[in-house]
Formats: sequence, C-alpha cells, structure tokens
Amino acid sequence: MNGVTGVARIEVPMPQMGESIAEGTVSKWLKQLGDTVARDEPILEISTDKVDAEIPAPQGGTLVEIAVQEGETVEVGTIVAYIDTEGGPAVAPAPAEASSTEVEASTDATVVEAAPGAEAPESEAPAHPTPPATPGSADERLRTRSTPVVRRIAQEHGIDIGGVPGSGHAGRVTKQDILAFIERGPSVPARPTAAAPPAATASVGDFWSTFYGEVQHPEFPVREGDTVETMDKIRRLTAEHMVVAKRLAPHVHSFIEIDFSRIDMIRAANKVRWAEQGARVSYTAFVAWACSRLLRRYPQINGTVSGNNLIYRNNVNLGMAVDLDPGLIVPVIHDADHLGLVGIGKKIIDLAERARSRRLSPDEIQGGTFSITNPGVLGTLVGMPIIPKGTAAILGMGSIEKRAVVIEDESTGTDMIAIRKRSYFSLAYDHRLVDGADAARFLAQLKEMLEEFSEDA
Amino acid sequence: MQAALVEQRRAGIIHDQILLLEHPHVITVGGSSHEEHVLADETTRRRLGIQLVDTGRGGDVTYHGPGQLIGYPILDLKPNRRDTYRYLRDLEETLIKALREFDLEGRREDGLTGVWVGGQKIAAIGVRVSSRWITSHGFALNVATDLSYFDTIVPCGLHDREVTSISECLGRRVEVAEAIAPVLLAVGEVFDREIHVV
Repeated sequence: MNGVTGVARIEVPMPQMGESIAEGTVSKWLKQLGDTVARDEPILEISTDKVDAEIPAPQGGTLVEIAVQEGETVEVGTIVAYIDTEGGPAVAPAPAEASSTEVEASTDATVVEAAPGAEAPESEAPAHPTPPATPGSADERLRTRSTPVVRRIAQEHGIDIGGVPGSGHAGRVTKQDILAFIERGPSVPARPTAAAPPAATASVGDFWSTFYGEVQHPEFPVREGDTVETMDKIRRLTAEHMVVAKRLAPHVHSFIEIDFSRIDMIRAANKVRWAEQGARVSYTAFVAWACSRLLRRYPQINGTVSGNNLIYRNNVNLGMAVDLDPGLIVPVIHDADHLGLVGIGKKIIDLAERARSRRLSPDEIQGGTFSITNPGVLGTLVGMPIIPKGTAAILGMGSIEKRAVVIEDESTGTDMIAIRKRSYFSLAYDHRLVDGADAARFLAQLKEMLEEFSEDA
Repeated sequence: MQAALVEQRRAGIIHDQILLLEHPHVITVGGSSHEEHVLADETTRRRLGIQLVDTGRGGDVTYHGPGQLIGYPILDLKPNRRDTYRYLRDLEETLIKALREFDLEGRREDGLTGVWVGGQKIAAIGVRVSSRWITSHGFALNVATDLSYFDTIVPCGLHDREVTSISECLGRRVEVAEAIAPVLLAVGEVFDREIHVV
C-alpha cells in the first residue's frame, strides 16, 4: 500500500480479531461519510463476543463509502468501508443509508478467511518499543522498525535504534525521530525494556499532566433531602490540589512534643511592649521564626522534587495556612528568614486578615517553600497535614495545653511532676527527598530552639 | 483515565499495566448491551444508590460494586497475542489460577466468557481493544460482593445463571485486598510479565 500516487481507493475490511473469530458486528461509526481521516485514526468500533475494538484507518484520506451499517454483523474480511487517499472532496457514491440499526447478537458463526487490508500494515510491523520478555535481536528491530535512511543515520552516529522512541506507524522510528534524538544530545543507552520515561521528554510531560493534572472526582448518588451545590473556585482548586499533592508525594509524618512554657513566659513579659509596636506575636509566629532560621540548614526540607532533579530553594518563603471558615488559603511570608520575630508576628496577622477579607494579591499566595498549619488553635491534638504540591514538607502544630509532665529539678537532680504548656507537632515530609533522619534532626532542633528561646530574638 | 493510559501505552511511553480497583454501586452497559437486561428502574436504582453508566466495553449489562476486585489490564497484545479470543481465555485462566489460591476450582462454560464455580458465575469479563491492539477494561471478580445487587440486572444476558463470590463459596468473609496478590501473581504467570507494584 506504499507508493500510492494520486487518488486511490482503498478497502477497509472487517479485521481478523482472533483465530477462531469469524465475524464481527459494527457497533459504531466514529467517522461519517465524507470525513477526513488520518492514517491509524480509529474510524469505527466493532464488537465480537465480550470484546469491543477500534478499527483504525489503514491510510489517510476521505471516508467515501460506508458499506456496513451500525448493528450489522458481517464475516471477517467483508469490506466495511472505502477510503480515498489524498483526501479529495467526498464525491461519494453514497450507499443506501439504511437505518437498520437493530443490534444483532453476534452468536451465529460462519467461517471466512482473513483478508489483508486494514490488518496488513500491523502484521508487517510487530513490536514497537517494549514487551519486556521478548527482546528480539537488534537486527530484527532495525529491519522492522526503520527505513534504510534511518538505519544509515543510526549507523553513522552509533545509535541503537531500539532506544529511539518511534512516532511512525506501529512505533517505527522515522527520520525526524532519529534526527531529534541526535539533537537532544548524548544518548542515554536506553534499552527498550527500561526505556519508558527517558527519551520522549515532551510526551512524558503530557503523560504526567494527563495523569496527575486531570483530577476527576467520582460521583455519588444523591439521596432524598440532600443539598447539592457546585464547588466554588477555592473549594475546587483545593480539592484538586490535595488530590494531586497526596498522590505525588510519598508522605511520611514524624511527631515531636514541644514545651512552650518558656515561650509563654516571654510572651507574657513582652505583650505590652509588642502592643506598643502595634504587633501581636502569636505562638505561631515563634514557630515560623524558628523554622525560617532552621530551614537554611535543611535545604532538602526547603526544596522540592522536579522531574529527575531536586530543587533547593534560595529563599525561605513560609506558607501559613489560614482558615477562611469555610475554605482554606495559604498566604506566603516571603523571605521570612530576613524578618525578625516581631516582623513575622505582624506579617502573620496582616496576611490572615487580608486573606479573610479576600484582599491578598496573587503573589502573596505563591512561591511558598515550606508551610505551617495550626489546627491546634481549634483544639486538635495533632494533625497529619498534606504537603502542598511543589514543596517538600509542612509542619502541623497541635494544641498547646497544660500537661502534667515529669521534669528534673535542676538544683537537686530529682524527678518531679510539673505542669507545663506543651504541644505535639507533626512534620509531613516528602520521602522522595527528605529522609526520616533529616526530619528527626529538624524536629529535634526546632524543639531545642523553641524550648530554649533566646529572649533577644 | 483508562483512555489516557491506552494512549500512553500505544505511544510506548508506559509499560503494560494493570489497574486494580473497586467500584461504587454501578450498572454498566456495554456496546452490545440489551437495555431490557437492566431490571431496576430509575427509582429503584436511586433508592439503592446505583448509577447507570455506559462504557466502551464489550459484553452485556453487568453490575459492579464494593467487594468486587476489578482489574483493567492495559496491555499491548502485539506482537504475539493478537487474538481477542485468546485474550479472553487468558483472562479466564488468570482468574482460575487466582481462585486456586483460595482452594476454589474455577471453570469455563462452553461458549461463554467468564469464570464459574460450581455452576455459579464468580467473575465477569468484558474488554476493549483499541487500535494497535492495546487493551482496556477487563474483569470483575466477586470477592465479597453483596450478591443481592445482581438482582437488579440480568448479568451478561444470562437469565438462568446465578452469581457467587469467593466469600460465598468459602462461607467466610474474604476481603478484596486478600485477592490482590493471587490475581497479580496469576497475571504475571499467564501473560508472562514481571509484576511491579507502583
């Protein structure tokens, strides 16, 4: 079927879907009379017992005749359609457009030999890239998957065609494929069996965006008396974000208990002074301050996985989860490590207020490198938050409450029970780049900083 | 999602895959379905919380729901498995092997597709083959299915055949999760693939 010049009419037969399958039912025409079809584009669907199958156009062109209507069952090899190549206008000798669409059960069997046509190109070109267990010799692959030109280019550049992703028919490597491959530079010696992601960058990107980008929430039946409302924008974005974030990062959560007695004291002692500066320094501000200092020492916790790379962020931008009741937004304190404790305190109040009155500018909710969430203010003991997409960790603060704890009397060395303000913290981290020990060290240092908070911070 | 995976598989970007999942209560109709085989009217379906979904799969009406292990293999049947009849038989073989792990003897029924235990249907099969022999849809194995839901349909157009589940056959509750490993191992054997869980 190669070397067609000018307009040629080609036949599309009912394909042989299996040795013992004698007939098939046309279940649906995906293309209509006069439609332009590309080579390999599915033009109709057929069904045999328990199997529905798409039948691709053997050549590009115009669908000029539909010989078998939907619902009709025909023997394998029967011509179901004709395609004029070269895509001229449909001068179709329109066949009787019978509307006999009664679905026949495809049970009676009649045997017929297989006809080539639609199937032929397939059988000439068996494997494109992978099937793991059947390698086939390199020579075979060269023969079956490329033209002499491509083979010559491959030879000149010492490239194994098996490692080049083919965009041609049945996965054949075209000239463009191999030239693009060469242009992309040093060829990863990608054995086809292991080749899935490396080479075809663009389409792999498409794949991930299809797979992770499109969040589809399954639907559930509505029961009587239920209320149904469409998600508003924040809800919808939050929902999508959470699904993707949770799918992407392998979450691990580590916990630590932190004593806030000293910070409590510092807050009490400075409340008036801070108020004079127009600031309120919350527990969260202390935690944000400590994190901003600490993150410099933990680049991976302040980083992210990006493709096959790790990005370590140059800035420490703290995302602070704000409850909008209902809703959630995470404004960002940019360059938190350049702000003092009071500065961070002010910033948190400012961002939270403007978040609630919906007056944040777009860049104030972007660029976070690490996040803090505080369900503790509402009494939660400790949470296990989801790591925002594009970052490596989020810290969850639990409620800060008075607990009876065993402490050691510094002067006498004896143990005693004391009442201290304490809280459980959780760190959710992306195990792709943050290991458990990193998280443990981070939490231990955070605990130390907060419990021994230096007053001149 | 299956469509996207089929596309990616066709382009050779991903390897052969099998998706294992459970569906909420749903009645699916395939390309060759007979509408009269959906017995539950809309009111009944709403009361039972059953959705009606039109899929691109082969086969007649069926029911899916919690307790069923659904397997959707996205396989490239090229170069050496280009036979849909064989593919259906291979899926049956897979399930028969998996059932053996539960000491159950799965059987085929002449002229029908699916797997039966003691004359009762335990697994349904319906597949789609996209252009270039990439498969989607697959099988539904009743592990702990609430079989009363099958009363809402005529499963795969078979009026007088009853359905069963692994739990029903064994007289104890078997969770869907327990069937995953046997099924995966069987897929690996029958289709000669190494299994990696991702």
